[in-house]
Amino acid sequence: MSRLNEESLRIANEIINRYPIKKSALIPLLHLAQEQEGWVTDQAMRHIAEILGVTPAEVLGTCSFYEMFKRSPVGEYQVNVCHGISCHLLGAENLLHHAEDTLGIKEGETTQDGKFSLEGVECIAACTEAPCLQVNYRYQNKVTTSDFNELVQEIIDGERSDIPKHGSLAKVRQNISPERLAGIEPVEHAEQPEWLNRNGQDS
Amino acid sequence: MVEPEWARLMTFPHITTSRWEIEDAHTLDRYLETEGYKALTKALTMTPAQVHEEVKKASLLGRGGAGFPAGVKWGFLPENVWPRYLVVNGDESEPGTYKDRILLERDPHQLIEGCLIACYALGLSQCFLYVRGEMAHGQERIANALNEAYEAGYVGKNILGTEFSVDIILHWGAGAYIVGEETALIESLEGNRGMPRLKPPFFPASIGLYGKPTIVNNVETLSNVPWIVLHGGEEFSKIGSEQSTGTRIFAVSGHVNNPGVFEVEFGTTTFRDLIMGDEYGQGIRNGNQMKAFIPGGASAPWFFEEHLDVSLEKSTVDQAGSMLGSGAIVVMDETTDIVRACHNVVRFFSRESCGKCAPCREGTNWLEKILRRIIDGNGRKDDLDLLLDVCDNISPGITWPPKQTTICPLGPSAVSPISSAIKRYRSEFEAYVTLPQTGTSVGIQGGTS
Repeated sequence: MSRLNEESLRIANEIINRYPIKKSALIPLLHLAQEQEGWVTDQAMRHIAEILGVTPAEVLGTCSFYEMFKRSPVGEYQVNVCHGISCHLLGAENLLHHAEDTLGIKEGETTQDGKFSLEGVECIAACTEAPCLQVNYRYQNKVTTSDFNELVQEIIDGERSDIPKHGSLAKVRQNISPERLAGIEPVEHAEQPEWLNRNGQDS
Repeated sequence: MVEPEWARLMTFPHITTSRWEIEDAHTLDRYLETEGYKALTKALTMTPAQVHEEVKKASLLGRGGAGFPAGVKWGFLPENVWPRYLVVNGDESEPGTYKDRILLERDPHQLIEGCLIACYALGLSQCFLYVRGEMAHGQERIANALNEAYEAGYVGKNILGTEFSVDIILHWGAGAYIVGEETALIESLEGNRGMPRLKPPFFPASIGLYGKPTIVNNVETLSNVPWIVLHGGEEFSKIGSEQSTGTRIFAVSGHVNNPGVFEVEFGTTTFRDLIMGDEYGQGIRNGNQMKAFIPGGASAPWFFEEHLDVSLEKSTVDQAGSMLGSGAIVVMDETTDIVRACHNVVRFFSRESCGKCAPCREGTNWLEKILRRIIDGNGRKDDLDLLLDVCDNISPGITWPPKQTTICPLGPSAVSPISSAIKRYRSEFEAYVTLPQTGTSVGIQGGTS
């Protein structure tokens, strides 16, 4: 069962309806698939192709370009240690090597129990908080080696409910009630919007 | 998350960061209490053309990196072609850059208001707000703000009871630096691999999203728009310097005592103020000497001690041989291994090359591999010349501004750190090649991994 389930499909349809061209929903839908399974399965990609009316190859083509999409299972907790220039200057490599030693895996690998995956990633825009990392895209700032040990222990002990499982990004989704939606115009042709003639007298 | 110390250090002038010190400024209630959506209300009493005129008068430069005037860009839309779109570039990923994320997280309504005003002024049919995939918290804040704004009638159908109607759709990426390039952003938004389109002849303003006229503006650029409408373009142009009006948000990081994100007035501040000043960076750590600093993001040629008194404005920094780019200042002290720092930046570009143009796809990878073998102690005597030769093939003449053999500037950007570092610290590279190495190897794979 790794096609999109009923709930994912409901959200997918909401998302698709916000774009004049369905294919624009491809990246958000891949995120949904990853949220559901923790990674993007081949079946999910085929399903997305069906929904959007594109070929599975097109879906794979897009999916394989972006590094957040994992096409094989990864750990429940994806640990991304930043090694951008600011973090590099303040000890990112030491932190990454410490993470390798602590987790007993190399960068790019997953622990045998499927709990942690480790990656060195490019700048995650928290440069004043160097060295920093993200666990499932949640920031941890100015991380020392002992902070790292503590973090790992807290995760193992189930004390980090603030960090959702891998694949979930924003906990809040955009909701637009049908009566508030301005409406999507077809790409082929639309009229000049009426407010462009607005003279400012009537408000 | 503990609030970073710099949050309370903001000083005048506050245009884009005025609400950063307010804990709940991201909520609609607090935004409304602090002059929020007043600019939109005012704009709706003006004609769209008048609103556009105010932005032109402000001479607001794009804050993404290239520094092109936003009002002029807006003027490139062809007449009588609809639909036309606004795409907001929130794919901030330039190493050292750290401003759009804070704007998204702390003041999302300000950005939304800026988007609405742009759509009103230009008759744009729909707005897509593209937020970098890794910024989960920023996505939450924007989603929340949009949900509130839709319900309260600030976004969507018949905004504030008028005939002005526009949707703002939150879209999010999935990890690719190149998508910050505006045509790659459009490709990504269309559901494709994020590879830049060839331009000229057609720029997004004439042929953009879905082949229709499209304005692509940076988060910080649009966050300035509410202030401009509320206070007038002329008032805005009085702030800053003649050719760089207003303020700019700079992120100062690396070996400084007080790394932080600061809004400063263009032209009145120098790099020395920002790096050494008490209000800002507070000097180099441990009383160390400065070795080099990056003035405008990883793509910018490096500056050194003698550039500290260059004032922070586009034209002077351009003349001095670099750029303000994305407003990221990264400071390296005397303990920095310049060869490793150089490798770090080059590895970034080699990993992030989209692979469309051969000089960049091959060149950045070669540069990274050569630097890696130098650090690993396997460097050859002619490797320095080889590095410069590859640089010359990516960007002929290794000049500034760089000449391009590629569709977008990513490839030539990898040349900047190498040419700067070798020119200034050639002996450090030579030492790596001639002396036996005892340090650890470059543990992190780059390029093709």
